[in-house]
Amino acid sequence: MTSDQVKSEILTIIADIAPDEDLSGLQDAASLRDELDLDSMDFLDIVMELRKRHKIEVPQEDYGMLATLGSCVEYLSPKFQ
Amino acid sequence: MNKRIVITGIGLTAPNGNSLKEFRHSLLEGRSGLSVTDVRYMGKRVAGFCDFDESKYQKKKARRRGTRAGAVAIYCANEALSDAGVELGADYHHDEVGVYLGITEHGNVETEEEVFQMHENNLDYKLWSPHHNPRTVANSPAGEVTLNLKITGPHYTIGAACAGGNAGIIQGIQMLKLGEVEMALAGGVSESPHTFGIFAGFEAQGALGFDLENPAQSIKPMDVSRKGTVISEGGAVFVLETLESAQKRGAKIYAEVAGHAMNSDASDFVNPNTARQVQCMHKALKMAKMEPEDINIVSMHATGTGAGDISESKAIMEVYSESEDTYINFSKGHIGHAMGAAGALELAGNIPSFIDGQIHPGINCENLDPECEIKNLVLSKPKEVKIINSIMNNSFGMVGINSSLVVKRFLA
Repeated sequence: MTSDQVKSEILTIIADIAPDEDLSGLQDAASLRDELDLDSMDFLDIVMELRKRHKIEVPQEDYGMLATLGSCVEYLSPKFQ
Repeated sequence: MNKRIVITGIGLTAPNGNSLKEFRHSLLEGRSGLSVTDVRYMGKRVAGFCDFDESKYQKKKARRRGTRAGAVAIYCANEALSDAGVELGADYHHDEVGVYLGITEHGNVETEEEVFQMHENNLDYKLWSPHHNPRTVANSPAGEVTLNLKITGPHYTIGAACAGGNAGIIQGIQMLKLGEVEMALAGGVSESPHTFGIFAGFEAQGALGFDLENPAQSIKPMDVSRKGTVISEGGAVFVLETLESAQKRGAKIYAEVAGHAMNSDASDFVNPNTARQVQCMHKALKMAKMEPEDINIVSMHATGTGAGDISESKAIMEVYSESEDTYINFSKGHIGHAMGAAGALELAGNIPSFIDGQIHPGINCENLDPECEIKNLVLSKPKEVKIINSIMNNSFGMVGINSSLVVKRFLA
């Protein structure tokens, strides 16, 4: 899966979790927490959806890797392979 | 405790209307809100669903976090406040308002869905949602209203089976009388048709009605051919205020609370108890300082089940057999059984009769069960009367819980 495809999958999940937000201009470096008003429960939802949809496990100590769209892609790309 | 309590706002959603005006029109016109639905594991059955706009007062994210019952409650509460012309923060401080909602059950929808998802995913328990607990705590539908409206006064639900709607209103009345709050948002809500368990449960009891060819005919309260009840969702929330507060802000007043009572059968998990129903109605009349002949409309619980309709008919005949100007109606033929919302919705549907002088009919009863013979039963078409001064609203529930609520025309 290419980085763009991984990004697309992540954005699909985020769109479900933050349905009121416009994701079209989301920058790779922007903090998801600040930019999309996500809280800790939303991040748990992201982890849950990765597990449900893609069988990807994110251990608790790695949650910090989901801070930005860019870090999500970087961290998750190997797991999507 | 002698405060006079009045109803100044009504917000509702029913399978056949998303406002009091729409609902009243449907009740008078005999318009059903029932439709065929696919029930998980069971196949096609009939249920009543509401089509209000969830996003009118709630962000999509909040809706996703919450429950259908919460969405129903939020819609109804906002509509009620708007109808009452109450501006929170101006007319009442946010901490002066209480939210009291009756429920039949809560959490089954979420729990069933979580179990289903786990089953679909090789029993991976780590997929159990972190939202499960906040969604399924019993106070959730009322709590969602406080989150939405930033109300910081008390909130909780009242679990009272199918008497929940009346119980929620009665709780609001009592808290106002005690001075615990200055304004109450009180009523009942239901999300029941989103769980298969309630369908399966009623079917196992031999008490689920459905007609796939003609869904509107699925529930036939009081009819000799009735097969059972139809599961519906819905909600009705009332703005309750003391008369003094309502008059101070120049509010329109729909009705004044006259009396209420709740009691227990203490006799059976499911079967009703006529004697306790009679007692409940008498207690409510006593609090209202009324005699049976003072009541103009009795809104029946009438679920369309065999034993339930007979028991209630006998109870009503015992209390009202000598009352010439008391008319009896029911609403579940139109909307099915909205469970925790039923009592609140059925009261709301009758309240406009103070203004329009009409009593909406019970529908789908073409061949009245001889065991349900009641004098002045209004069937098939509305009954116009000179004046309506008072309504008794009955709601009864499983495990033997009864409620009667009396409201009267407001006279300054």
